[in-house]
Amino acid sequence: MDHQVDVVVVGGGSTGCGVVRDLARRGLDAVLVEKGNLTHGTTGRMHGLLHSGGRYAVSDQKSARECIEENRVLRDIASHCVEETGGMFVKRPEDSEEYFQEKLEGCRACDIPVEVLDGEEARRREPYLARDVEKAIALPDGAVDPFRLCVSNAADAREHGARVETHAPVTDVLVEDGEVVGVEIEHETGPGKRVHREPGTTEEIRARHVVNATGAWAGNVGEMAGVDVEVRPSKGVMTVMNTRQVDTVINRCRPKGDADIVVPHETACILGTTDEEVDDPEDYPEEEWEVDLMIETLSELVPALKDARTLRSFWGVRPLYEPPGTGTEDPTDITRDYFLLDHGDRDDLPGMTTIVGGKLTTYRMMAESISDHVCEVLGHEATCDTAEAPLPGSESDARMEELMDEFGLRSPVARRSGQRLGSRADEVLDEYDPNPIVCECEGVTRAEVQDAIGEAGSDLNAVRLRTRASMGNCQGGFCTHRIASELAREYPEPVVRDAEDELYQERWKGQRHALWGRQLSQAMLNHLLHATTMNRDGDPANLDGEVDFGAFDAGAGSGPASADADEGGDAGTAATDGGRAGDDATTDGGRAGDNATTDGGR
Amino acid sequence: MAIDSDVLVVGGGLAAITAAISASREGADVRLVSHKSSTLRQASGLIDALGYVPATEPAQPLREGPPTAGRELDRDEWPDPEGPLADPFEGIDRLPESHPYRVIGADALREGLDLFDELAGDAYRGSHTDRNALLPTFGGSVKPTARYPAAAEAGLASDDRPALIVGFRSLTEYDARAFAGRLEAAGVPFDVAGAEVEFAEAFRADAKVTRLAKALDHDEEIDGVPAREALAKAVAPHLHDVVDEAGGVDRVERVGFPAFLGDDRGDEVRAELADRLGADVFEIPMGPPSLPGLRLEDTLYDALDAEGVRFETGNPVAGIETEADGRIETVAVDRKGRETPYGADAFVLATGGLVGKGLDSDREGVREPVFDLHVEQPDDRYEWFVDDAFGDQPYARFGVRPDERGRPLDGDGEAQYANVFAAGGVVGGADAAREKSASGVSLATGLVAGRQAATEATQ
Repeated sequence: MDHQVDVVVVGGGSTGCGVVRDLARRGLDAVLVEKGNLTHGTTGRMHGLLHSGGRYAVSDQKSARECIEENRVLRDIASHCVEETGGMFVKRPEDSEEYFQEKLEGCRACDIPVEVLDGEEARRREPYLARDVEKAIALPDGAVDPFRLCVSNAADAREHGARVETHAPVTDVLVEDGEVVGVEIEHETGPGKRVHREPGTTEEIRARHVVNATGAWAGNVGEMAGVDVEVRPSKGVMTVMNTRQVDTVINRCRPKGDADIVVPHETACILGTTDEEVDDPEDYPEEEWEVDLMIETLSELVPALKDARTLRSFWGVRPLYEPPGTGTEDPTDITRDYFLLDHGDRDDLPGMTTIVGGKLTTYRMMAESISDHVCEVLGHEATCDTAEAPLPGSESDARMEELMDEFGLRSPVARRSGQRLGSRADEVLDEYDPNPIVCECEGVTRAEVQDAIGEAGSDLNAVRLRTRASMGNCQGGFCTHRIASELAREYPEPVVRDAEDELYQERWKGQRHALWGRQLSQAMLNHLLHATTMNRDGDPANLDGEVDFGAFDAGAGSGPASADADEGGDAGTAATDGGRAGDDATTDGGRAGDNATTDGGR
Repeated sequence: MAIDSDVLVVGGGLAAITAAISASREGADVRLVSHKSSTLRQASGLIDALGYVPATEPAQPLREGPPTAGRELDRDEWPDPEGPLADPFEGIDRLPESHPYRVIGADALREGLDLFDELAGDAYRGSHTDRNALLPTFGGSVKPTARYPAAAEAGLASDDRPALIVGFRSLTEYDARAFAGRLEAAGVPFDVAGAEVEFAEAFRADAKVTRLAKALDHDEEIDGVPAREALAKAVAPHLHDVVDEAGGVDRVERVGFPAFLGDDRGDEVRAELADRLGADVFEIPMGPPSLPGLRLEDTLYDALDAEGVRFETGNPVAGIETEADGRIETVAVDRKGRETPYGADAFVLATGGLVGKGLDSDREGVREPVFDLHVEQPDDRYEWFVDDAFGDQPYARFGVRPDERGRPLDGDGEAQYANVFAAGGVVGGADAAREKSASGVSLATGLVAGRQAATEATQ
């Protein structure tokens, strides 16, 4: 009796979110399903570059033109997700002059506005550039927050009637009579927002068309439908620095290579990247040499990076694709263009279309083209307005100055809350009084955290991505427990505990790759705070054995610790008092000795 | 002209003070130099000895080679630690052989605790028994500890009187309701409820706990009501919040607050609150800045002063200046940019671990920056950690490895210098965080290092 929708979009990255927004605005009944939280796959694991197109101006001018066009669109419709940092392609003495000229001409040919700077002018704009940088091309690269972008797209889709399900992996693609008719999903916590410890159910969603927008995972979804999609996933490392050594995007002006970009992002800089083909987008090695390469090579451009504090590293997997038979050896040579695969035409399996390749900057254009295709297949007539309609949060300029007064926030906090929330700042910040800061490194207040919990449920990683809470220097050491405590208004204790552990472990994953110098000191401090001071690792609430509270000191006035401790001696892990005589033991100076250890519980 | 003493202690925390007083009591002329404020203010103020014997092997190896993306951890796969231990001494034999307790002996811990009891006096409790106490932590857990501030005593988890945990809406460190729920999940033998109250709202939304402590110390007026009275009024409506197993309502007999109940006049503040509430009052030790930690620091420096030890802070030891025959003669102390030689017959290194900067590291390795002592470590920094944040982290055990006299060993297992002794966080081999042994290791190694340094110096 399942209701049939028009379209199911699989994959909550930038492409999927863009597609579901576009379809919903065109009046189709659409559902987005994502196995993790939004941006869980590749979108949330990139350096946040909003391409000017300069990067492709020599090798792939079609992509370069698309980039500059969409760059302009996003500055307009997604202003609260974009920081107009500007960018430079810088040339060191050993880099080719010929290539520098090619780059310049390529940019001009693609209508990318450029300006040539001499070394002195480049250093005036970016004082930490190396002394021997000879010259640079300035162009309109920018920084984009991929998560805010996806959330805004999903929110707009929902406002236009779409349904968005996260933590809902597709377990099967339904094929009937040689046609795709929907998908089966598993709700990891029950439909709607994520809640830890809630049992899951499965659901069949029947649809007139299925869009497979799972990027590097497209082969897996294809397999469920019985078709081959030959994605060639390629991993790349991103290393996060603790501060903005540069305020513009710095690219190395040379043909191609690892470790050639520094992107300023919020309070940090992100160094990128490597390009290595992997077999499985979920299981690949994260290697030391990649991190070392970022720091060594990029400090040739910005020497301060060499001794700067690194917060963490993370890896993303590019959903590279090339038509069967192309046979490119080196993943860096595979095109960054996108491909729309209609499985009716291609595999004689109507009802499903896959989109692969592409990049975040052109996500909207990709979404438009696949939505056009879906509308044609479904015989639905509607025009696309996503290039003009601003995303929620970008309708008007945030009122920073007024916010400071209105909410009594100190200026940097107000400014950053305002940037994160865009035009939604008023409604969000007005909600909570008092509104203390929960994450000090990033200046995130309770109101923002509560707003994100309202959207994401008990998934604190989704809260983190929405607010940046726990993404600063301490990497969650001082705020994981605070963020988790904010769940307590709405959720019972075990949910709070699980959510806290999950966020803490997630923060640890990236710090493993930055474990030296000041960040190693920070890691030790975090360990001491969470294990020593809070005893989260040895909390009896998490241990299997029962604690014999009577075997412990109950205060000087309470007499010897409970007399029945000896009887229950082997019942629990704690009752390892080994027959010690309690108070008397301190007077004899000697330890109760070896027999104490022999019956010590285990 | 070198500034001379029999024993020079480098460092300013619990281990350094223990070492300085221990050396002084052996008749040595002692001087203490420390770089900056100690990490005591970041510690909870509880004196842990040994609360757990942590598992040292994962249930199954998570990976070979580099970390791997995507593979999720299942904490249930990891073995539980042994504990909480009711008797800290009883677990020592099951610690790794390289643990400082195993190397210098359990008696050092016992004597270190005795010395602490003497120095801390009335401010601390727990010396009446060898057993650990279980105290609520601000994470909502309970933790085994050997000594605890008098201000925390009414919070003992083995006490079966019903309790109320108070949280403040403008403080973000914990939510009292989740806190109480977590205590229940731990199986505590008392009924407990949590209440979030409005009190600190009178201050700026993110006022520091030190500010609140001061307001209570001076009983400042808040909207015309003295602070202590205002606090009691905010809590009073919740004194019957506890519901027992049978569904009956009990009046709580004790009330726990985050540890900011006064700074200089804490006893007075607690007594007045207890009187107004008709219930005992206790403090829950918090993270940095920790008032119990700051109070302990004051107490210990007073004791150091009373002992006649000369001390100076703000001047880092830059390194060794002269050495001969395997002994250090003088070190260079950086006094506002000018290096001054300090000479001694014996040295105690108590500069702390990775947090206190007694250990330094870069991508190539970990080192001890003052005397360049040998620090045992895997060559590859990707072997400094394991994938579970709370697993058996090699980095947590970093430090110098002492002989039974407390002298750091070189790579061949010989004492690196005949007259250098180490204590506290700079000593490796313990996983103090998971064992809940940080203070005990500082007391035990401080005591041994101080005594041995004095012996070496006065020979």
